[in-house]
Amino acid sequence: MEPSVEHGTDRVKRGLAEMLKGGVIMDVVNAEQAKIAEEAGAVAVMALERVPADIRAHGGVARMADPAKVQEIISAVSIPVMAKSRIGHFVEAQILQSLGVDYVDESEVLTPVDENHIDKRAFTVPFVCGAKDLGEALRRIGEGAAMIRTKGEPGTGNVVEAVRHMRKMNAQIRWLTTVDRNEMMAAAKELRAPLGLVQEVAETGRLPVVNFAAGGIATPADAALMMQLGCDGIFVGSGIFKSGDPAERARAIVEATTFYEDPETLAKVSRNLGEAMVGIDIDTLGPTDRMQDRGL
Amino acid sequence: MIVGVLALQGDFREHMAMVRRLGAEAAEVRTPAELASVDALIIPGGESTTIGRLATAWGMMAPLRERIGAGMPTLGTCAGLIFLAAGAVGSDQPQLGVLDVVVARNAFGRQVDSFEADLEVHGLDRPYHAVFIRAPWIDKTGADVEVLASIRDAEGREHPVLVRQGRILAAAFHPELTDDDRIHRLALDLGEGS
Repeated sequence: MEPSVEHGTDRVKRGLAEMLKGGVIMDVVNAEQAKIAEEAGAVAVMALERVPADIRAHGGVARMADPAKVQEIISAVSIPVMAKSRIGHFVEAQILQSLGVDYVDESEVLTPVDENHIDKRAFTVPFVCGAKDLGEALRRIGEGAAMIRTKGEPGTGNVVEAVRHMRKMNAQIRWLTTVDRNEMMAAAKELRAPLGLVQEVAETGRLPVVNFAAGGIATPADAALMMQLGCDGIFVGSGIFKSGDPAERARAIVEATTFYEDPETLAKVSRNLGEAMVGIDIDTLGPTDRMQDRGL
Repeated sequence: MIVGVLALQGDFREHMAMVRRLGAEAAEVRTPAELASVDALIIPGGESTTIGRLATAWGMMAPLRERIGAGMPTLGTCAGLIFLAAGAVGSDQPQLGVLDVVVARNAFGRQVDSFEADLEVHGLDRPYHAVFIRAPWIDKTGADVEVLASIRDAEGREHPVLVRQGRILAAAFHPELTDDDRIHRLALDLGEGS
């Protein structure tokens, strides 16, 4: 049959995120790492110039990866490839879409260029954005984001901020389901979020898009913790390729994300993984080092 | 009837919701013991390489081949179709090989080429609105495979996207992402008949 075809609809954009659920998306900086990630069972890779821990160490302005690097990674694997644009940098996003990336992460890990985020509805490629709370998540969804992730504190190997963001989001959703219908506008005002989306969350008791955990996940137990807190899947940034044995750790985090409710399996997959990445205590970060406070 | 949904990775909760809506009991399946306790199986959308690697690592390949081969009603969608198939063009990923087809992965292109479209399905009285996400199509079908729906590519060639072989029903698209339960009904009816 000759179908009348619609591309880039909300359902198609959000649908790819649905397919990634229960899976692990891994940061990679070259084709070799991308293959290790795919072999370990990653559901997607994030193509980057540097992992967040190295962005921290390197300093300066962090930008979209070199298109040659993104293409090298796209050619190396059959799983979806994501890539990061700077917050507000819609031309980086246009370039990434033209390269054929499957998701653009409008990311606080890179240096923002605008107080405004990208108008994501103008694109066929779907976007994922970070959020620390429900208001931030609904603002990004209002702009067209098809997937949300916690911000956490990237490149620290410290999961405390991701936990904080997930708990806050869950608590606010629970609260919203108890708010009287006549108080919805006040709730929207308090959350600084679009009324329609606030009403939708109040009725369904969930975000309208998939919500992953990101920022500081370094061990299989970290991944399972975030899954038990109710997220839909896991991003691991520096945690894999900054560890002693990336292939083994990657496989273990994938398995922990599937069997997240089974402590015996978690114990089994966590054995003998070698050195985890060295972490950073969040309290030692200065205000300008906190990536989560970018793009609110 | 208890309908198991393979819950290693992917959108298994959407399938479970659909099964419950049809009045059947739904159960997550991750282990051989859980597989043994269900009467029918759904393999969901997700990443076929991830599902294949987890199934291999956790000893699910042989039990799945045995149950599906013995005639358990089975529905596979997208990654589920790929996992059921005998082969995938240009890939050596783990597959069950219980469905006599060869698939081409990401056949329509990358995510920007994902689409929704109305599909004529053999045996349904009106078109089915189907969601294709980085979808495969079927390149080759064996003699026992019945093609229930096809889609035409840019060059005008027809490619099967919904097939049946015995009690296996497999779709390149995602009936679990819509409210239309006719594909799930078709799959569950395979258990009632023959």
